Amino acid sequence: MVVRYGDTTAVDGVSLTVPRGRVLSLLGHNGAGKTSLLQVCEGFRRADGGTARVLGLDPMDDHDALMPRLGIMLQSGGVYPWATAGEILRLFASFAATPLDVDMLLDRLGLRKFERTRWRRLSGGEQQRLSLAVALVGRPELVFLDEPTAGMDTEARHTTWRLIEELRADGVSVLLTTHLLDEAERLADEVVIMRSGVVAATGSPAELTAAAGIDLLEVRADPGLVPDGRLADLKVTEPTPGEYAIAGALDAAVISDVLGWFAAKDAQVTAVNTRRRTLEDVYLALTTGEKSKVSR
Amino acid sequence: MSGVFAPAPGRAPMRSVVASQIRMELTLTARRGEAVVLAMGVPLLVLLGAGLTEVTNVPGDDRLAFVVPGVLALTVMSTAFTGQAITTGYERSYGVLKRLGASPLTRPGLLFAKTAAVLGLIVLQLIVLAGVGLAVGWRPHFEAILPALGVTVLATAAYSGLALLMASLLRPEATTGAATLIYVLMLAAGGIMFAAPDLGTFGWFVLPLAAHAEALRQTLSYGGSVPTAIWLSLATWAVVFVTAAARKFRWE
Repeated sequence: MVVRYGDTTAVDGVSLTVPRGRVLSLLGHNGAGKTSLLQVCEGFRRADGGTARVLGLDPMDDHDALMPRLGIMLQSGGVYPWATAGEILRLFASFAATPLDVDMLLDRLGLRKFERTRWRRLSGGEQQRLSLAVALVGRPELVFLDEPTAGMDTEARHTTWRLIEELRADGVSVLLTTHLLDEAERLADEVVIMRSGVVAATGSPAELTAAAGIDLLEVRADPGLVPDGRLADLKVTEPTPGEYAIAGALDAAVISDVLGWFAAKDAQVTAVNTRRRTLEDVYLALTTGEKSKVSR
Repeated sequence: MSGVFAPAPGRAPMRSVVASQIRMELTLTARRGEAVVLAMGVPLLVLLGAGLTEVTNVPGDDRLAFVVPGVLALTVMSTAFTGQAITTGYERSYGVLKRLGASPLTRPGLLFAKTAAVLGLIVLQLIVLAGVGLAVGWRPHFEAILPALGVTVLATAAYSGLALLMASLLRPEATTGAATLIYVLMLAAGGIMFAAPDLGTFGWFVLPLAAHAEALRQTLSYGGSVPTAIWLSLATWAVVFVTAAARKFRWE
């Protein structure tokens, strides 16, 4: 897919597929092209190149047939400022053939006490929760969530995460955008990291971090050992006496070699610790321009 | 706990989708009731000012027979065009239309609901203003009410279509400005408060307000029938602008 705004290319040849009943997370900074991609999938604009098929339909040409099957949570706004939370949710429920129980949804999202509160009096996080409820009330088979937890407090965020996990368990497919690493790591079956309109990496959170390999080997042993030619390919430091930090291409053979070197030095090794890269390390490496090998 | 969110998508029957949307539109209108009352202020002032005093020149001897139908037509334009355009423009800027566009409500469904809600409001306003007219001495021919209602429905559809079209093409501030300007121009040229230059049939085609007002005068005040040219004019306005709105209406 390609999406352009004038001379700016917001989405530059991205291909992705959301498998049924799975959660795919689009991860990237603001301006990475996440929302533009969603806009096309939601039928609000046409792609300037490529195609989007949503549940086998064209999001623009088949708008009327598609919308009842989708749950869409927009990034912000989108509600009558003078309508109450209850009125808004009931309006969208009334559009659906077999909607969810509105009261249940209000309870689940902690919105019961705001049922008679007008939209404009709700806080940002409360508005987000109501938007999520509106997206879900029609019992959709596919939901698009554009930064669903932006502006939510920690508790609401966890409530939302549990809800998204439940959606997945019930067979709903989810495409969500986020710039929160922990959100993607916790929820996503597959993460697509976008940077400047292109896919920087894709994979499950585990694959993305595993592909990046082990970052650091920490060894506690006798202090003052001086590395020699046998460890020439690695960067060995001793930040505190007796605590060695070894960085480099650390596969199993190299690690065993490193431990062999300590043994050859007659050093008493009392602790060995490997530190793997987190999704955050991968993400930062990819999105701040550093060359990385994690793409599959 | 599992199974609550198991997909069961589908649209409610279109009739009930549109009915809920109309209910929401009317609820929100009632919520800004003061705006609705204010919107009737100008027509009321015109009715009492031009109808009961000699401040303006009107054709004929019976001032109320000329002025009251004009005021009714002005109210229809004020609500169906100016009010509709401004409200819809702001709904677009709040993202409400986009949100509705991401729901099972279809484009024709929303346009119909908006027009129907505005028609409901207009009926209320007309009852109040006609009541004031009666109270100050206007003597309408009730037997001519059906054609009067017919042209009013056509005028409402035409104004609403134009309003929705403008709100689709212009930014909300521009919509507000343009809608107000057109209101004032129509009021001046439409021959509501005072006799405007008689443009004949041509005038009815370019000024729907003048056409609608004349149709209401011919029927309600004089017990006659609606001139064919006015039926044609208002029907053309309605078909053209409703079609254009349906084609050009944007969710975003």
